[in-house]
Parts: sequence; C-alpha cells; structure tokens
Amino acid sequence: MKRFRRHGQESQRDRLKQELFQFSKTVEHGFPHQPSALGFSPSLQLLAIGTRSGAIKLYGAPGVEFMGLHEENAAVTQVHFLPHQVELVTLLDDNSLHMWTLRAHKGLSELLEIGRFTLTGPPGAPPSVTRVTAVLAHSSGELLLLGTEGGHVFVVEVPGFRELEERNISLDQVSSSVPDDYIGRRNLEHVEALQENPVNPNQVVIGYGRGLMVIWDLETQRAVQHIPATQQLESVWWTEDGSHILSSHSDGSYCRWSVGGEDSKDEEEKSDIPYGHFPCKAISKIVQLPTANGPPFLVFSGGMPRASYGDRHCISVIHSKTHVALDFTSRIIDFFVECPSPSAHCDPSALVVLVEEELVVIDLQTEGWPVIQTPYLVPLHSSAITCSHHVSSIPLKLWERVIAAGELQLTHYSKKPWPITGGQNLAPDPPQRDLLLTGHEDGTVRFWDASGVCLYPMYKLSTAGVFHTDTDPNDNMNQGTEGEWPPFRKVGCFDPYSDDPRLGIQKIHLCKYSGYLIVAGTAGQILVLELNDEEAEQTVEAKVVDLLQGQEGFRWKGHTRLDVREEPVLFPPGFQPFALVQCQPPAVVTALTLHSEWKLVAFGTSHGFGLYDYQQKNNVFVKCTLNPSDQLAMEGPLSRVKSIKKSLRQSFRRIRRSRVSNSFPLQEANARLEAELAEMELAPVQRKIEARSSDDSFTGLVRTLYFADTFLSDSSHNTPSLWAGTNGGSVFAYMLRLPPVEHRTDEPITAHPAKEIQLMHRAPVVGIVVLDGHGAPLPEPLEVAHDLSRSPDMQGSHHLLVVSEEQFKVFTLPKVSAKMKLKLTAIDGSRVRRVGVAWFGSSRSEDYGESGLVVLTNQGDVHVVSLPSVKMQVQYPCIRREDVSGIASCVFTKHGQGFYLISPSEFERFSLSTRCLVEPRCLVELPAHSASPTQHRPQPDGATSAHRYTHFTVISHINSKYS
Amino acid sequence: MNKNHRVPSNRSLSAVEVKSKFGAEFRRFSLDRSKPGRFDEFYGLLQHVHRIPNVELLVGYADVHGDLLPINNDDNYHKAISTASPLLRLFLQRKEEADHLAFGTDSLTRKKNTVLSAVLLRPDPNRKKPPVIISLPKDFRPVSSIIDVDILPETHRRVRLYKHGQEKPLGFYIRDGSSVRVTPQGLEKVPGIFISRMVPGGLAESTGLLAVNDEVLEVNGIEVAGKSLDQVTDMMIANSHNLIITVKPANQRNNIVRSGGGGGGAASGSSGRSSDSGASYYGYSSPGGIGAAASTPSHIIQNFHPEELESDEDDEDLVIEAGGEAELIPCAPSASYSMPSLPRYEPHLNLRTAAAASTSSISINANGTLPTSASSGSLGNITSTTPSPDRAMERRSLEEDGTVITL
Repeated sequence: MKRFRRHGQESQRDRLKQELFQFSKTVEHGFPHQPSALGFSPSLQLLAIGTRSGAIKLYGAPGVEFMGLHEENAAVTQVHFLPHQVELVTLLDDNSLHMWTLRAHKGLSELLEIGRFTLTGPPGAPPSVTRVTAVLAHSSGELLLLGTEGGHVFVVEVPGFRELEERNISLDQVSSSVPDDYIGRRNLEHVEALQENPVNPNQVVIGYGRGLMVIWDLETQRAVQHIPATQQLESVWWTEDGSHILSSHSDGSYCRWSVGGEDSKDEEEKSDIPYGHFPCKAISKIVQLPTANGPPFLVFSGGMPRASYGDRHCISVIHSKTHVALDFTSRIIDFFVECPSPSAHCDPSALVVLVEEELVVIDLQTEGWPVIQTPYLVPLHSSAITCSHHVSSIPLKLWERVIAAGELQLTHYSKKPWPITGGQNLAPDPPQRDLLLTGHEDGTVRFWDASGVCLYPMYKLSTAGVFHTDTDPNDNMNQGTEGEWPPFRKVGCFDPYSDDPRLGIQKIHLCKYSGYLIVAGTAGQILVLELNDEEAEQTVEAKVVDLLQGQEGFRWKGHTRLDVREEPVLFPPGFQPFALVQCQPPAVVTALTLHSEWKLVAFGTSHGFGLYDYQQKNNVFVKCTLNPSDQLAMEGPLSRVKSIKKSLRQSFRRIRRSRVSNSFPLQEANARLEAELAEMELAPVQRKIEARSSDDSFTGLVRTLYFADTFLSDSSHNTPSLWAGTNGGSVFAYMLRLPPVEHRTDEPITAHPAKEIQLMHRAPVVGIVVLDGHGAPLPEPLEVAHDLSRSPDMQGSHHLLVVSEEQFKVFTLPKVSAKMKLKLTAIDGSRVRRVGVAWFGSSRSEDYGESGLVVLTNQGDVHVVSLPSVKMQVQYPCIRREDVSGIASCVFTKHGQGFYLISPSEFERFSLSTRCLVEPRCLVELPAHSASPTQHRPQPDGATSAHRYTHFTVISHINSKYS
Repeated sequence: MNKNHRVPSNRSLSAVEVKSKFGAEFRRFSLDRSKPGRFDEFYGLLQHVHRIPNVELLVGYADVHGDLLPINNDDNYHKAISTASPLLRLFLQRKEEADHLAFGTDSLTRKKNTVLSAVLLRPDPNRKKPPVIISLPKDFRPVSSIIDVDILPETHRRVRLYKHGQEKPLGFYIRDGSSVRVTPQGLEKVPGIFISRMVPGGLAESTGLLAVNDEVLEVNGIEVAGKSLDQVTDMMIANSHNLIITVKPANQRNNIVRSGGGGGGAASGSSGRSSDSGASYYGYSSPGGIGAAASTPSHIIQNFHPEELESDEDDEDLVIEAGGEAELIPCAPSASYSMPSLPRYEPHLNLRTAAAASTSSISINANGTLPTSASSGSLGNITSTTPSPDRAMERRSLEEDGTVITL
C-alpha cells in the first residue's frame, strides 16, 4: 500500500517535471563560422549564407532567420535562389546540388530540403565533365543551367532536377563556331560564368575560363555572338539594358563589350586595369548598376597591385568621380548590391559584402557611403570573447540609458534602416529585457540585447583608456594621406589582434538596479564603473592590493601590472570607471562579485581574495589562500600550452604588422605549430589515479565568491557575510560589520573570519548559495528594495549549499553540519563545470514555479538539480564533450536558458524551461506582384562563384611568393 | 583463578563480570553486555579503576580457548564482551614493557596455562625472539582486501583499497584498450579500461592484488562500460578514500578454483574482516539518491554494510569556527564509523591539542596528519602580515609565470 502511494507521488513528480523542464536548442546568434557562399533573393528580400561545415542560413528582416544543415559534411560553395520562388539551390563541395524550400506550416515557415541531385556524365567520361563550376538559376524559375569543368553546360528542370539532355550546350557545339583566329580555341577550359540577358531570357552568356564568352540562344540552340577576350576570365556581368557585357580577368583588368545584333562586329569598347602599371591581382567579380539619372555604379572586388597591396581584401566602388577601395580585415567571400525595389529605375541602395569574419553593409545613398549597423550576424569575435555574463529582466530605466550611451557611439554609422526586409517576424515581443555582456581580449565589454532572436549590439565599453598601453589608439583608423592611391578606406570591425593581452576581460558583474558594473581582467585589474549620461574627465584612483600577505620566497614570473594613467582621462557617456584595484601579483582574476547595496566588491585570484569598499575606496581585508608547498606547476603542461599560444599570437602579430612587406612566412608558422601539436600527441593516453592532496597545484585558486545576509554566528541574528570557495575544496566565511547608513562614508567596514570548511573530497568549489527558510536562494542585492522579489524568509533556518566539481552538499547554518548531498562524480564520472540558480515556471499553471540549480558537466550534459533537496531532476546532452571551449563558454540565465559558443563567432542559445523560450517564428511569402516573371531585370542572384577564385588567388599568391 | 568468580550464571545474561589484572593488582567491575560502549571509553575506565591515568596500556583478554587476545578497537572489544562466559579476564601491561609476541593464534597448540603464565608470570629472558618486530597489534589496519568472492565470477576480483589519511599514494595508472567478449554472434572486440602502470611503492602495487593489464570492470559498484577514460579517472579519484574496483585480472592463474556450488552458499571464510563477506547486501549504492535519476545502468551488486557507505570519509568535512576549534562534521543522521577507527581518531585529537596550543595560527592538514609547516588553511588574524617563522623556513622558493587559466 505504501509502495503504491509512493509510486503515485513519483508519477505526479514526473508530470510536474514535464511541465517545468524541456530542453531545446533554439537559435544561433552571431556570425556563421567559416562562411563559404552568399546568395540573395531580391524578390523575397532574403539573404542566404552557406558555410564550410554544410550549414545554410537565411536572414531577412530582423528576427526572420532560418537554418538548415546538409547531411553531407561538405562545404557549401554556391547558393542561388530561384528567381521569384521560395526555393533555393545549393552546390556543395562534393558536386551535389540541393533544393531547399521555405514551406509554410501552421502559419510559420520552415526551411526544408526537398531534393538532391548530382550530374551524371556519359559512361566513361572523366569526373571533370560533370564537375559543376557555374550555376545559373534561370529567370523562368524552371531551369537551372550548370556549367562544368569540362566546358559543357547542362540544363536541368527544377524543382524536380530533371535533366533536359536535348538542351545541353556541349563544348563541341560551341567550339565549332568559334572564330578561327581566336588563339585559345583548342582549349576553352571550364565554364567560369553563366549570365542571363536581363532583357531577353532566351539569351545567356557562357564565359569560359580561357577568356572566350559566347552568347547562346536557348530557343534556337545556337551561338549568337562570340566575345574573344584573351585573358583568363574571372567573372561576367550583363548590364541591365542588355547592351553591354562586362568581363573581369585574372590580370586585374576588366573589359566592356557591346552586345550587338548578329551581324555587328564584336567590339571591345573599353578595357581598363584600374590599379594598373604594375602587375595586378585578379578582379574576381564585377558588377555595374545604373542610377536613375547619372553615371552607373561600378563595383568590383580585387584587382590590387600584386606587389604592394596584393594581400589586401578590397572591394572598389566607383561612381562618377568618387572612387573608394573598401579595405576589409578578412577575406572577401562574395558581395551583392541591393536595390530598393526590383524595378531598374532607382539607385542602388546598399552594398552587402560577406567577408570571412563578418557581414558589412554599406549605404550607397548617403554621402560618404557609411556603414549600416547590422541588426544580426554581428561578429561576436571582433576581438576574441574571453568571458560572458548574462543579466535578466533589466529595469527600463537602465535599459534606456545603455541604449542612449550606445547610440552616441554610432555616429559614424548610417541612419538608413536595414535594407534586407524579407519575411515577417511573428515571434511575440520578448517578455523581459535581457542583457548579455561579453568580455573581450582587447579589454572591451560589449553589451548585447539578448531579449529576442537577434543578438543586437547595444553598447561597447573599452577599458583600455584607463591604462598606458603600447598601442597607438589611431593605429587602425588612420586613413592615409590625401591622394593616396588606391584610395583605401578601412571598413568592418573584425580586429582580433590584441596588442596587450593583459587588458583581456576575465570576469564581469553588473548590478541592474544601481547601474554599477565591475570588470576584472588578466593582469589582476578590477575596475568599478558607474553609468553616467554625461561625459566626464576624471582620474581613476588605483589601489594596489598585495594578496601574498608577506609570503616569502615567492617569485612572480608573469606579466607586470598595467600602468595606470595618472592624468585625468576623458570618458564618454556610458559606464565610466571611478575606482581601480590592482592585485599583486597581477594574476588573472578568477572570481568576482559585487554587492551594490553594501557597496562592496570581492575579488579573487590564484593567490587569495580581497574585499574592496568602493564607497570609501579602501580595501577592507585580504586573505592569502596560497599553499606554501604549492609548486604551482608552472613549468608543467600549462606553460607549454601557453608558450605555443604565445608564439602563435606573436606570429600573427608579426604577420599583421608586416602586411605590406610580407616578410613572415605563414607556412613556417603552420609547420612549427603542427610539429608541436604532433609532439604533444605522442604522449601515451593514460591517467594517473591519485587521491587529491593538499599539495596539489592551484589549491589556493579562488573559484567563487558570494555575498549573503544570513545566520553565521547564531540563529537569531543575521549578518552580512562573504563566502569564498577555492580550488582545493576550502570554503572561507567572513562576517562583515557595516556601519549604519549615516556613517557609511566615514566609519570603516570590518570583517572577521567566522568559518572555514575543508571539504574532505577536496574538489574545487565552483558555487556557493545560501538558501532561506523556505529553501529558496537568497535574492540579489537591491532586488527586494526594488520590490522585485519576495523578501527572504529570515525566520526559518538557513542552509548553505556548496557546489564542488564532484558533489552538491547542503549544510545547516549557523552550525555547519552536513545535511544532504548529491554525488555526481563518484556515480557517473562527470564533473561540474558551470552552475547557476534558475527559476522555472510551469507551463500549465501561471503561478507555479520552482528554483533549481542548472548544471553543465564536463561531459557536456546539462542537469537540473532541485532546491533545497538536491535531487537530480532532468539530464540532457547539450554540448559535445570534446568541445572544451564550448563548455567553458557556457553561461546560464536566471530563467533556465543558456548560451555557449559553438565557434569563436557564434553563440548557441538553449532553453531548459518550458516557459522561457526564445526562438525564431517567422513567415516568408512570395510577393504577389512578382509571382510571374516580368520584363525587368531579374537581378541574378548576387552571388556567383567569386569565392572559389578568391581562394585560388590566395593560394597562387602564396605559391608565387615562396616557390 | 577460574574458580574465584562468584557471579551467579543467571546474571551473566545482562552483565559481564570483569576481572582486570595490572601488575599484581586485580580490579573487579561489571559491564552491561548489551551496551558495552566504545573501546576508548572502556580504555579510560580501565585507567580509572586501576588509578593509572597516564599509563599507556596494552589490553589483552583470555578467550574461551584460553588464548590471550588483544583488545584495541571497538570490534575486538565487542567480541570480547560478547564471548565472555561469564567472566572476562583482562590482562593489562604497560606498553613499553609489553611482550606483544604473546598474542597469537598459534597459542591453540599450547596449553592455556602456559600461555597465560608466559605473559603474566614468567617474563623469560631466554625465550627465542623473532628476527623482526613487524608492528604492534594496535597498528594493524586493512590496506586492501578482496571482497565479494562468494558472489563474483571466478574470473573477476573485487579489490578494496583503504586510503585512510596515509601518505602512501594509491599509485596506478589506467588506459583505454579493447577486450574480447564472447557473444552469441561470436567473439567481439569491445573497448575497455585497463591498468597501465603501477607506481613503485604505491598502495596498489604493495597489495599485490592489482596488476598491469588487468581490465577494470566496475568502480565502487558502477560499471565502467560505455564511460570514457576521463570519466573513469574522475570516478576513481572521487572514490579514492574508499576505492573498490572490480577487475578481470590479466593473469588468471592465481584464481581460486571453486567447485560448482552456489556462489552465495559458500561459507564465508576466515578472512580478516568478516564484515566484508559476512552479509551480502544487494542494492543501490547511491547514498545521495542519484541512482534513480542518473541514466547509468544500475546493475550494482554491493556487499558492504550500509553504514559503511554512509560513513564515507568525505562526510567528515573539517569545520573551523572562529573561536579556533576544529571539528569534523559528523555525518548528520548516523555517526557510526565502522572502519577500524583508531588511526582516524588520532588526527582529530591531535588537532585539538594543536588548536589549543596556538591561537594565532592554526594549521590544519586535512589529511589527518599532524599539522606541519607545510599545511594549508590557516585561519588566523587576517591582518597579520608576519608569517610564522617555521613556515618561512621550510618554504621552498615558489615561482609563477602568470599563465592565464581559463576556468
């Protein structure tokens, strides 16, 4: 009977679990890793990006995004939308073609793969015959023309991928009609480009690698005209009125050919090498667009003088007398020019460029061609992300102030709205305002609006201004002198090179109620910042804190402290530093917390921890946790890994510095890295089984710090307290005595050691939480004061939850005795990597919810552990266990969601909650008026095969240099 | 002497009459058979009744066969009380004078009186001394044992390593490998975890129960199949204070060949610790209740007393209160320590004395050894910047080059 009832309770609990928890990966934020192809549909106003890992991502208006993944693990080399359709075709590295569609289902669109196709040649033919090199989606929406390496053009009916053999354009048919005087007639090489005549859908131009272009009539199945270019062909563009064809070539030249009637003589109207005199690199793609009244826009990529600027990634825009060479910081994948309406009679509005590390959109209608801030696809890694911090439910006031500060930083951006507007975002407005803060290697902190599907940049804080660094702040921005040729202009924000790694941000803590922000970095610096709407010139007072506390015989071999600017520094509106703590030795800050009500900051490094009073700008106390017998394993594998990393970084820096002179051989660096990696892998894979001892290294490293108002000495008086947990399984508790509010500025704060717990299993302490009388975690500072949280229950007895890497353990307070525990490592061998407290609302009843611990293990699994009973609730696999950086980057929200890096540039968002779910919900429909093909230019998909050739040129460039 | 007892036999059910001899003096008192208490209380009682509070004693008793056996822990104390019929005869010796060689199991072959008189009456200088003195009986403690032989297949061996606060390293390495299994489809290669190396002088090597290339099948009752090398490593380290590993020895020639009787029916042998094989305990080993929720297959056969599981050493986290008192946190519900406890209590006692001696700097080495200059965790005057002199002396020169550790 008893057993029966218990069973009933368990099933009830199971049902409740289903109402509280569910796991899903909802959306990927940031910029796709290793993009390899770009496509654009003018009719749908959708942008498509294919990646080297076989992902295809579609973006429209902010919030409209889709993602698909090819089963084959092959790079996407081309993406083409079918004109006026909701279908798109992708070409993969393995020569397979895939048809995708946006299918509406229950009012929402989803991206589905509906077909795949691989060209089959005649039996016995070499594979090159069917190797696709150029794709043209015909404006009829029914035909796909596939140019191949063998020089043939295959015609395929879509969407069903039916080969129309009788319409194929074989090389023989073409070469028979080539004029006898054409030098390269014996070998036309592969099909490099396919373009449709904008005014006559029956005509296509086939560009062969050797240079020859043939205008072919699809109806009559014969060549109309031959264009005998003699340079290696890179790309072809047919002007909007059908009267001219532009061709670009590998020697950095482009030619304009007039397209006449059948009898007219082929004529090279104009040929130009824009950056001529000396040998130039190839122009990989050329586009010309008309304006309503005035000269056209000419846009081309590449063509730089090989010797002096061959390593620049440039797109040149020429309009009337204006000529700019946009200089990107990473390799150009592809670009297209967006026109506001599909009709040809208006000026191009924006140039959209996909480079390897970011998407840059340039406003062509505003004077000076400013950049338009992208609402998505923002490169999170413009400097490498070193840490992240999430704050839920930001008060409106703070939100608006951060936005206002951020807007002032956007002065050099265009005011134009985002030009890509496809689809409707049907997602409900986010229920709350969430901030994601990312710390970067260059000392910046970026604020992201993480409320919805688009991770939108709000504000950027730089901490470098507080310190003297050897970098010249104008290093990247100086544009060269007047009259420089080519007229370079740096665009894009991807700049991964940090000149002083000490500036790197390691820990961030923001109090959303008071607007205080603390930021800690690699060289032991802790900055306290305050939000100020006005700019201010102030000196930042530095306080050096010795964490060794007189420990002798210790020599710090690492970096030195950062030099603080002693003169007043002008800080722009936004978060402005007013206090600075510098740890000595200047080791990386490993733990940080802030209590804005008490105006206290606690910080920890591998040597100890301290408490800083930012009201009085005074350090309250320091505790050294360093174990004197700790050898710190500095000469061990850690330093080895570091030395590789360091040498790599130096190599990259040297490459960057020598961009012009190209003195550093890249291959050499790569070879050295490979050799070192191979050496490391030679060590046999075996693991030592040894109990942890107090002599292990880094036992003194402070892993977690926590402020709590709880019962530390007796069960009737609660006092402020500070808790610290170390790598060696120690927990230190300090009782704090705060002066009354009216004497807060003049009376000192005192701290007394109250308790010290040594966990016998000695695993690193990764989290400390105090639970109130109801078993709920104590609220954040100021949360109760702002009426946003129920006051904690101070009547019942409090409990201390200590989370180590191996166990969850609940102790009673004030007398610390073990009450409950949950072992993790001893049972299944996984260890806690990240832990957070989250609130889970029930999906069934509005008013029911529970607090729980969200845990990520080193196996990449996420668990929810109940509070206060520490029972395992649910477990889901989330991250691959090999993805160490993904696991290390994970951050949890207070409402059961989380983020982790799936690449240096992308966050994956996941949710454990049934109630809090942020995922794209959008609908894409064909515009009614463009359902039928019209006479206007069916702007061919912006993307052609430019990427492949930029790739080739890079290789040939390197070869020519070192062979 | 046997005739001297005057206790009616009907009283022996509840009380044990004790006759204790120290030197030439006798003391008589009685103990409650059902509630004998702990050994250390008993030890104190003996010192009290003999009025020798500061004398280190060796306690021995005469068992039913007349063997002189030691009493030095709870287990043998309880044994002595329960088997006393009805009189418990105790013989106390000063530790420094003790002739501990008189204890022995081979005393069965001798005559009772000879044994006792050998101890008590005739300290014979001409008696043959053995070549080496191994240890005092009170220092005997298990370092390893083979357990569950009655329920495991003959090809497997379940080894328990006791790592109670001693310096000796566990001392072995594990690696990935593959083993061959017989399946209905034939032989199949499956991945497995193997012992790859023994640390010379380590606990594992010194027991002789584990060897290189032994396949590890379970760790503390949990199968390792399907787990990665790192997971198994972490499991072993997490259980290192009381590690029980089930191996399939590479060398199968040393296995005991048993007749085909029921495994469980085999009489539990006269191995050192009867508690290990005396009662089979099948069940989940999860004191924290994780077993049900975790996805691990719960094919777990355990053969230890539940209280042994509860008394994991890691329950005894060390708490230092501000006043300078150090105490072990008792396991809240059950405070039973079933492992031979004396070596573990010792650090506890020492800690107290250390704490009393120095108030400015309390050093606690949680390994349970005496605080040394190299210990961690001092909770003292936080503003004090002067290091204690002995620390400074022994400290080696530390260096650090500031590697960025990403956590």
